[in-house]
Amino acid sequence: MYSEKVMDHFQHPRNVGEIENASGVGTVGNAKCGDIMRIYFDIDENQVIRDVKFKTFGCGAAVATSSMATELVKGKTIYEALEVTNKAVMEALDGLPPVKVHCSLLAEEAIHAALWDYAQKHNIVIDGLEKPKNDISEGEEEEEY
Amino acid sequence: MDHLVYMDHAATTAARPEVVDAMLPYFTEKFGNPSSIYGIGSDNKAAITQAREIMAKSIGTTAENIYFTAGGSESDNWALVATAEAYASKGKHIITSKIEHHAILHTCDYLASRGYEITYIDVDERGIIKLDQLKAAIRPDTILISVMFANNEIGTIQPIEQIGEIAREHGILFHTDAVQAYCQVPIDVDKLHIDMLSISGHKINGPKGIGFLYIRKGVKIRSFIHGGAQERKRRAGTENVPGIVGLGKAVEMAIADMPERTAREIVLRDRLIDEIYQRIPYARLNGDRTNRLPNNVNFSFQFVEGESMLIMLDMAHICASSGSACTSGSLDPSHVLLAIGLPHEIAHGSLRLTLGYENTEEEIDGVVDEIEKIVARLRSMSPLYEDFIKKTGGHK
Repeated sequence: MYSEKVMDHFQHPRNVGEIENASGVGTVGNAKCGDIMRIYFDIDENQVIRDVKFKTFGCGAAVATSSMATELVKGKTIYEALEVTNKAVMEALDGLPPVKVHCSLLAEEAIHAALWDYAQKHNIVIDGLEKPKNDISEGEEEEEY
Repeated sequence: MDHLVYMDHAATTAARPEVVDAMLPYFTEKFGNPSSIYGIGSDNKAAITQAREIMAKSIGTTAENIYFTAGGSESDNWALVATAEAYASKGKHIITSKIEHHAILHTCDYLASRGYEITYIDVDERGIIKLDQLKAAIRPDTILISVMFANNEIGTIQPIEQIGEIAREHGILFHTDAVQAYCQVPIDVDKLHIDMLSISGHKINGPKGIGFLYIRKGVKIRSFIHGGAQERKRRAGTENVPGIVGLGKAVEMAIADMPERTAREIVLRDRLIDEIYQRIPYARLNGDRTNRLPNNVNFSFQFVEGESMLIMLDMAHICASSGSACTSGSLDPSHVLLAIGLPHEIAHGSLRLTLGYENTEEEIDGVVDEIEKIVARLRSMSPLYEDFIKKTGGHK
């Protein structure tokens, strides 16, 4: 069902973790649908993404797209990162099954959400970046049982 | 694990070697059509009769009430659609539960589109149907109650005898999908007041593509597949002789070893449940602790998603299943897990392990080791777990 690249990124996800005092953090998706992605950026003074980490709750495709998305933006400027589309993530993974395409959209949205957070924190405007729709507040989805 | 560990027996099972041996001659030298006059054809009638008698005895009835089908789904479709048509002059109301198999639920959708009215009864948090709600739903135009014997996902066994009594008191037909319960718990159709019962061969170490529908004598039911005079003119088509013979053998063996097999499965099941509870925090057993099928274990692991668990288990050579959205092919998790009141994110993190006669204690221990590692690894990557730990320090 999954390509070898997807399986590789699922089994050996790149850049898993957190960044303390990150320059920008974006969380998208919701637990109801079964996918949540959080991306942390460490962005230097030249607006280059020096480091990136992610955490994902979701299926194999969600983990693999998160991993690939972080690889694609690492070392890039924020404007280059903005250009990383879900299509690019999917292509880099040699494709996804049709029912999993929404996972790649989530990766794109997570990047945008983290950039938006960076822009907010640093009081700047990133041309071409719109306020992300899917940003969820921390812990909102938590349910006890 | 060093060998393949199969713990998905509710999905399907391997045919027992004796079943395959019994079937093989009927593909080759005994290939004749049972409706033919000559020996190699008509001799097969005896083989079919013998198999039919084994099946009849297994549920406490006689051979003329057993109708062979292609499996559980056909039996369910037939029972519902043909009954609905035959009893339409009495009424067009059918009662079922919210946790039925899709072979029932989607057939109900079809009937609803044809002018029938369907009432779906709730279940409690253990998955047991609410009998007071069932009684209250009965109307003068109710023609059929269909409630599964035991649930395929969470293993909960329904109060079938009580449902049968309620149906009997009101003069309503009672159908049960017993695909998961058959040969796991004893079934007596007269004692339990069952009018129709669906069975599938491949869940009991028999062949795929064969099952039967029990229809109590006197139930008006129309033919579902039209054609020849097979199955007392109620189900046309040349008999699947190898399948019927194989199912007969599978039933014979599964009924004979049911007491010891299920006693052993219960020990393994309870070990699996206890070990998971002891070793993995934030885990929840879905379904009833004791009133469940001997071979069913279903857990939700908070903060992780089911498909990810299944892929990692597959890499460790363990076959299991999940009720997460990603395994259902839609965005919603299993309707059964939602019906017992699980929030979506907990339902997404469900894992079903279903045992068979060949599973061992060693395998149980190995599987728990793997699940413990996998859940820990996925939690370390989960933003939900990160939030939970930050908020609570890991204590509830």
